[in-house]
Amino acid sequence: MRTYILRRFLQAIPLLIAISILSFFIMQLSPGNYLDTMKLNPDVSEELIETMQKQYGLDKSIPEQYFHWLWQILHGNFGESFTYKVPVTHVIKTRALNTIILSVAAMIIAWGFSIPIGIYSATHKYTIGDNIFTSLAFVGLSIPNFFFALLLLFLIVKFNVPLPITGMTSIMYDYLSFSGKIIDVLKHLLVPAVVLGTASMASLTRIMRGQMIEAMRSDYIRTARAKGLKNKTVVYKHAFRNAINPMITMFGFQISALLSGAALTETVTGWPGLGKMMLTAVRSKDLYLAMAGLMIGSVLLILGNLIADILLAISDPRIRYN
Amino acid sequence: MNRLNQGNFDKNTDISKEKKSEKKEYDFLNDTWRRMRRHKMAIIGGTIVIILYIIVIFAGFLGPYNPYHGFKKHFFHPPTKVHFFDEDGLTRPYVYRTETVDWAEYEVIKDKKYPIKFFHKGDEYKLFGLFKTDLHLFGVDEPAHLFLLGSDNYGRDLFTRILFGGRVSMFIGFVAIFITTIIGLIVGGIAGYYGGWVDNILMRFAEVIMSIPAFYLLLALAAVLPMGISSTLRFFLIISILSFRGWAGMARVIRGMVLSIRNEDYVLAAEAIGARDPRIIKKHVLPTTTTYVIVRATVSIPGYIIMESGLSFLGLGIQEPNASWGNMLTAAQNVTKITNFPWLLIPGFMIFFAVLSYNLLGDGLRDALDPKATENN
Repeated sequence: MRTYILRRFLQAIPLLIAISILSFFIMQLSPGNYLDTMKLNPDVSEELIETMQKQYGLDKSIPEQYFHWLWQILHGNFGESFTYKVPVTHVIKTRALNTIILSVAAMIIAWGFSIPIGIYSATHKYTIGDNIFTSLAFVGLSIPNFFFALLLLFLIVKFNVPLPITGMTSIMYDYLSFSGKIIDVLKHLLVPAVVLGTASMASLTRIMRGQMIEAMRSDYIRTARAKGLKNKTVVYKHAFRNAINPMITMFGFQISALLSGAALTETVTGWPGLGKMMLTAVRSKDLYLAMAGLMIGSVLLILGNLIADILLAISDPRIRYN
Repeated sequence: MNRLNQGNFDKNTDISKEKKSEKKEYDFLNDTWRRMRRHKMAIIGGTIVIILYIIVIFAGFLGPYNPYHGFKKHFFHPPTKVHFFDEDGLTRPYVYRTETVDWAEYEVIKDKKYPIKFFHKGDEYKLFGLFKTDLHLFGVDEPAHLFLLGSDNYGRDLFTRILFGGRVSMFIGFVAIFITTIIGLIVGGIAGYYGGWVDNILMRFAEVIMSIPAFYLLLALAAVLPMGISSTLRFFLIISILSFRGWAGMARVIRGMVLSIRNEDYVLAAEAIGARDPRIIKKHVLPTTTTYVIVRATVSIPGYIIMESGLSFLGLGIQEPNASWGNMLTAAQNVTKITNFPWLLIPGFMIFFAVLSYNLLGDGLRDALDPKATENN
C-alpha cells in the first residue's frame, strides 16, 4: 500500500508539470497583460511600468518566463499578484482553505443525505416515497448551481429569513467570541454549502439507488434471506457494503464537479474561495495568481482522486495494490 | 415471460409475430423506439426538447419585439397584465398602456383598451436569417407595450430575449457535443487501435486536461477571447473551448471500448472467417460504440448548456447586447434587483426546463439503448 501511494505521488509530478506548461501557454495566449491596462492610466509613469516589467520578468521570452516561474515555484515562491501587490501564496492560502471548507461542507450534506435516501428508495422501490425522491433528484440534477444560489438568495430576502446573503463573515466578526465566530461563519456557509451539496446529492442518490437495487438482487442476498436473517442485517450488512464501493469511486469524480461548481457558487454568494479568486485573476490578467489557482485546483483534484483510491482499497478487500 | 402469457390471445399472437420478425432481421431503430416508448417521462422530455428547438428557431416570429429594441422609458417594467374580461364578460384579450411615475415604477392608464393583434406588423427581423419580414404572431399598437414577462434594464422585452437567448443555449450544447464526439471518436479510436507510444501520448494529454478542474480551465480559456470579436465568432470560439475541455473523457472511454472490442470473440471470429476491416468496423466495432456515443452525447448536452450559461453569467461567454439565458441572469446578480424585479430570474427557469427535459430524454434513451441498465431502475 505504501509503495502504491508513493508511486501515485511520483506519477503526479510529471502530470503537474504538464498541467503547468499547458496553463502557462493558455495564459500567454490571452491578448495583452496586466501592464497594458496600467499603461492606459495617465498617472502611471513609463519608468514604473519598465521597472515592473523587469521585476515580474515580463520583458523576457515566454519559455524563459516559464522556466523562471517554475524555478521560483520550486523554491516555494508563487510570484507576486499584480492586483493585490502581495505574494500569491498569501492570497491563495486562505482562499484554498475557504474552498476546502465549502467543498467539505457540501460533501457532508451530499453524502449524509444521498446514502440514506438511496437505500430507502432502493428498498421501497416504486413507492410514493421513492417516486418523490427520484423526481427531486432529477430536479436537483437539472438546476444550475448559480441559478439555485440566486433563487435561494431571493427567497431569503423575500421571506426575511435571518441568514446572511453574502460573504463569509459579518462586519461585527472581529468583536465576536470564539464560538460566536464559528457560528457566524457557519451561518454564512449554509447557503453555498446547500447549493453545492444538492447538485452532488442528486447524482449520488441516483447512483446509490441503482447500486443498492443491483446488490439486492444478488444471490447472496437471497441466501441471507433464506438463512432467516433480519431484514435490517440483510440490507445494511450484506447489500450496503457491496453497494457502497462504486460510490467511493464516485467520490473521486465528484471532486472535479465540486471544484467547478464551487467557482460559480462562490461568485454568487460572495464566499471568498479559490473559484472567485480565479475569476478576478483571469479577468484582470493577473498571470501568477491565475497560474497558482490553476495549479492548486489541479493538486486538489489529483489528491482527491488519490484519497478515493485509498478509501476504495480500505473498504473493498478484493482490491489489492502492489 | 409469465406476465406475457397472462395477456389475451390476440396479444400473444402479436408478440409471437413480433418475435418472428425480430428473428428475421434485427431492426435497431424500431427496437429502440419500442423500448423508448415505455419511458413516458423520456417521451415527455423529448417532446419538450423538440418544442424548445422549434420555438427558438421561430424566435423572431413568436416574439413581439426585436430583441435589441429598448424602450428607454419602460426599463424594469413588470409583466404586462393581459385582460380577458371586460364589463361585458369574455372579450378579445387586451392590455392597458402604462406611464412612468417614478424610477422603474409604472402606472396603468385605463383610458383606452389596446387589443392584442395577431399577425401584427412590428419590428423588422429576418426569418431563418434569410427573409426580411415584420410579421409577428402577436403584438399591440403603440403607445401600449406587451411585455409578457416584463422588461430588463434597457427596457427590452424579456419574453423576446428569452426566445432569442434560447438559440444560444439550445444550439451551443448541441454543436459542442457534436464536435466533442467527433474528436473523441477519432482520438480514442487512434489511441485504441494503434496502441504503443501514440496511445501513450494521446492518453497522457487527455489526462492533463482532465486533471485541471473543468471550470477553472474554461475560465482561463474564456479569458483568452478578445472582447471586440463578432458574436458569431464568439459563439464558435466558446463551442471550441467547451469541446477542448470535453473531448478527453469521451476519448478515454472510446479507447477502452476499441481495445476490448478488438479482442472480443465475435470480432476474432469475423476475422477468422475472413471478413475485411471495413466490414468488421461497420458491423461489429461501430454498432458497439454507437450506443454508448448516442447515450453519452444526450446525457452530456445538459452539462454543456449549464457550462455555457455559467460562463455567460460571469460575463465571459456570450456578450451583451446578444442574449443568452446565462447572460440575462447577470442582471439578476444583485439581490436588491431580484427582490424588486423578480421576473429577471425567468431565464434561469428556462435553463432548468431545458436541462431537465434533456436529462429525462437522456435517461430514457440510456434505458432504451442499454437494456442491461434498465434492470437497475
